[in-house]
Amino acid sequence: MQRIGDAPRIRRLLIGLALVLAALFLLLPLVAIFAQAFAEGVAMFWANLSDEYTLAAIGLTLFVTLLTIPVNLVFGVFLAWLVTRFSFPGRRLLQTLIDIPFAVSPVVAGLVYLLLYGRNGWVGGWLDSHDIQIMFAWPGIVLVTIFVTCPFVARELIPLMQAQGAREEEAAVTLGASGWTVFRRVTLPNIKWALLYGVILTNARAVGEFGAVSVVSGSIRGETNTLPLHVELLYQDYNTVGAFTAAALLALIALLTLAAKALLEWRATRRETAA
Amino acid sequence: MSIRLKNIAKTFGDNSALAPLDLDIGDGELVGLLGPSGSGKTTLLRIIAGLEQADRAPAGSIHFGDREVTNVHVRDRRIGFVFQHYALFRHMSVFDNVAFGLTAMPRRTRPSNGEIRARVHRLLEMVRLEAFADRYPAQLSGGQQQRVSLARALALQPDVLLLDEPFGALDAKVRQDLRRWLRHLHDELNFTSVFVTHDQEEALELSDRVVVMSNGRIEQIDEPDTLYRKPANRFVFEFLGDVNRLEGEVRDGELTCGAARLTVDLDEGREELLLRPHELRLIEAPTAHAHLPVCVTAVSPVGAEVRVELEADWLAEPWLATVRHADFERLAIRRGQHLFVEPRRWRRFSDERAARSTGRAVASS
Repeated sequence: MQRIGDAPRIRRLLIGLALVLAALFLLLPLVAIFAQAFAEGVAMFWANLSDEYTLAAIGLTLFVTLLTIPVNLVFGVFLAWLVTRFSFPGRRLLQTLIDIPFAVSPVVAGLVYLLLYGRNGWVGGWLDSHDIQIMFAWPGIVLVTIFVTCPFVARELIPLMQAQGAREEEAAVTLGASGWTVFRRVTLPNIKWALLYGVILTNARAVGEFGAVSVVSGSIRGETNTLPLHVELLYQDYNTVGAFTAAALLALIALLTLAAKALLEWRATRRETAA
Repeated sequence: MSIRLKNIAKTFGDNSALAPLDLDIGDGELVGLLGPSGSGKTTLLRIIAGLEQADRAPAGSIHFGDREVTNVHVRDRRIGFVFQHYALFRHMSVFDNVAFGLTAMPRRTRPSNGEIRARVHRLLEMVRLEAFADRYPAQLSGGQQQRVSLARALALQPDVLLLDEPFGALDAKVRQDLRRWLRHLHDELNFTSVFVTHDQEEALELSDRVVVMSNGRIEQIDEPDTLYRKPANRFVFEFLGDVNRLEGEVRDGELTCGAARLTVDLDEGREELLLRPHELRLIEAPTAHAHLPVCVTAVSPVGAEVRVELEADWLAEPWLATVRHADFERLAIRRGQHLFVEPRRWRRFSDERAARSTGRAVASS
């Protein structure tokens, strides 16, 4: 008896096809990035990397990411808790709303924020009269990054918390535990891997976000230029090696993120088989 | 600690889950809430626990002994709750699970670590799981998990122990053992317990008193024996065992239905009689009082009694009779055989909650 897909020729063909496609579309560009970055030698790579504006862009990107992650961590946990542990009118609507940042093009998100917080915007006028600048400054970049990445943590948690149900938490409450104790000793340990996974995804997206950020940043070198925006600027300046150096840095962060994710998944499956 | 519920009702949206009801449970009693799914028994248990709030209007009240707990939060009610699927903390060892209630206490009232350890070990000894203290819930069988869950619920010496379908997810043999063991534990520690079940056998075997529920109402509260012998209404009678129905026209003290005739002591009119399988006698010829010809369609000789399925033209649905193995062999019952039924006893419920009457077929043997 042969199962479907057991025919050796078809199997080899499919595996070969998958490998070729993966190499062509995924691996080759990645190799090309690093090849270009080092095209004029390691010294040139270092020179570009230690460029004042590149360092500023790295700094800003990390700063934005470090602000975004805790905000979305708290927001995501709160949202997942709300949606999975309480029933209230509008719960389904809320669950749909969470996905808006996934559905909407980041450029649109950027434009909406510009409309709201720009000098002529609804909130922007008031802010302007109080000398608070959000657009074309780091607060704007942080805001749109938070918007774009806000579903990641919640989306990881909701299915898990739904599957686990509220029974363990109810059990903890019947044993006299306070709300905080229940969260710290029962809820959090049960969701920690999913939470970490959500944070990794948030981190990846926050570092790499281009569209929304480019609308609200104004791309002022050394001030509001994030790493992805910096890649574009350098490229437009015909500084190919510089652009690819910055790009290589982004790619490296992405690879580290993937490694962290793989490690987590490996740990999760190992825990399951151990249990 | 006694439990007293007064005027407790619960609606979910537009659905009434519990009609306003009163219930008194005595100190040290073991009471079973029995009913089909959707009868409101679990809702009632969760309201006693405080996991669910009863409706504010009409205003009801819950007392544990002299303490009113109507608006007391679950965590302050001093109850132990055992969940249907155990709800053990999956990331904690058995020891930590049982210790949870003690370690979650505020620092100033919390016992010392040494005392906690001693108490948890005593509890684990009681549920015969001392050797499993370092295991995780996923490494235990269902019965063991349920025992951990019980030890965990008892760790804080609750006033009241509440169990939601405690043995529902276990296989028959383990269920038997655990039932007996819980009864034992209850008699030994003498706490007040309420458990929910949809298994009539479990309710009748385990409880001091059984509360039969349907559609959010209490149908009857009685000791198991009374419940079985004197069901308050048709629902209780039908829920507590298999039932055969005989519907027909009564005239001159005789009920007829097609070819079937039975002498009854009833007024004229349409009647429906209910008969238990073990109250049917199979015989080879009709008697003066009962002429109920049937044909054997299935025989199952497994168990203490033989279950025989009977059909006839005058029957809308097949009857079930249980006969002793001796009778089974004497009559040489086999499929396709034509026999007669003589009811030893029958009941009739003229309508819901109305007066009931029972009859006894005139002793002829």
